[in-house]
Amino acid sequence: MTPASTALATAAAGAAERGFLSPTGVEIAFVLVGLATLGAAVVTVTTRQLVHAALWLVVALGGIAVEYLLLTAEFIAWVQVLIYLGSVIVLLLFGLMLTKAPIGRSPDADSGNRWVALGVAAVAASALVWVVVDAFRTTWIDLDGPVQGSTQVTGEVLFRHWVLPFEALSVLLLAALIGAIVLSRKDTADTAAAPADATDQGER
Amino acid sequence: MHLAYPAVLAALLFCTGLYGVLARRNAILVLMSVELMLNAVNLNLVAFDVWLRDTLHAGQALTLFTIAIAAAEIGIGLAIVLMVYRNRGTSDVDRLRDTAESREPDTTGTTGTARPEVAA
Repeated sequence: MTPASTALATAAAGAAERGFLSPTGVEIAFVLVGLATLGAAVVTVTTRQLVHAALWLVVALGGIAVEYLLLTAEFIAWVQVLIYLGSVIVLLLFGLMLTKAPIGRSPDADSGNRWVALGVAAVAASALVWVVVDAFRTTWIDLDGPVQGSTQVTGEVLFRHWVLPFEALSVLLLAALIGAIVLSRKDTADTAAAPADATDQGER
Repeated sequence: MHLAYPAVLAALLFCTGLYGVLARRNAILVLMSVELMLNAVNLNLVAFDVWLRDTLHAGQALTLFTIAIAAAEIGIGLAIVLMVYRNRGTSDVDRLRDTAESREPDTTGTTGTARPEVAA
């Protein structure tokens, strides 16, 4: 395999410069937090206790926030903590309790096609990891220098270059909020009162 | 930092979410797995943004937009799941087979009960 050997040679050359076999402290921390995140994600999709799945999702999303911090994207990390850990998990727990999820083990948490799903996920994971490792074998992120994602940098970029998508996104959030309220009202099943509902909705 | 670390972690998280979407039965657990997949994409966006040192910081801006869209998605999704649970009494995605194509042609007569809340 000549291309592989040349790639290995370039990788070795890059490793000689960067120290491939002596990882930096940031890399060690990234790998450790990544293992914790991945383990929490696996427990989330495999546990049979529904509420525990939501709580393990907290660990996984918090681990991703720590990874953002290690990648010097501070603002994204705190937005992740605020929105995901603060609101999305709470919404999911409310949803679990409003649908009367069993507190203990539920033996039918996985559907019948879980082995097919496992095969698909394994094939996708092996293909993606192989392609990604092969593509970025000799690529390093330079984390030194000015912070890439501080609040000042992100704010300036967001309100200087991305204002229009930002405003459009706020309209989208408003539409989603109104849609969620309309969908989850109690009297939606009462089809006889539909015109009254329409006028009532217009007043709100 | 080697770029392969965040890229591999994002790929593995995405495949974990993929397994969850395909294998879970409860609709809310499917939504949790979708959140995992979205977070894997966010991690990729942030890592490549930091690597490329983009002056527009398109990766981080798109990550913020993805987080906001994910919040909207989880709100709408939970509202739909609650409505389905209220109408059907279950939120298991593989028992909601009213609009599925039937395998035998003689079972098409059961499609009249596709919307029991309307028939009631």
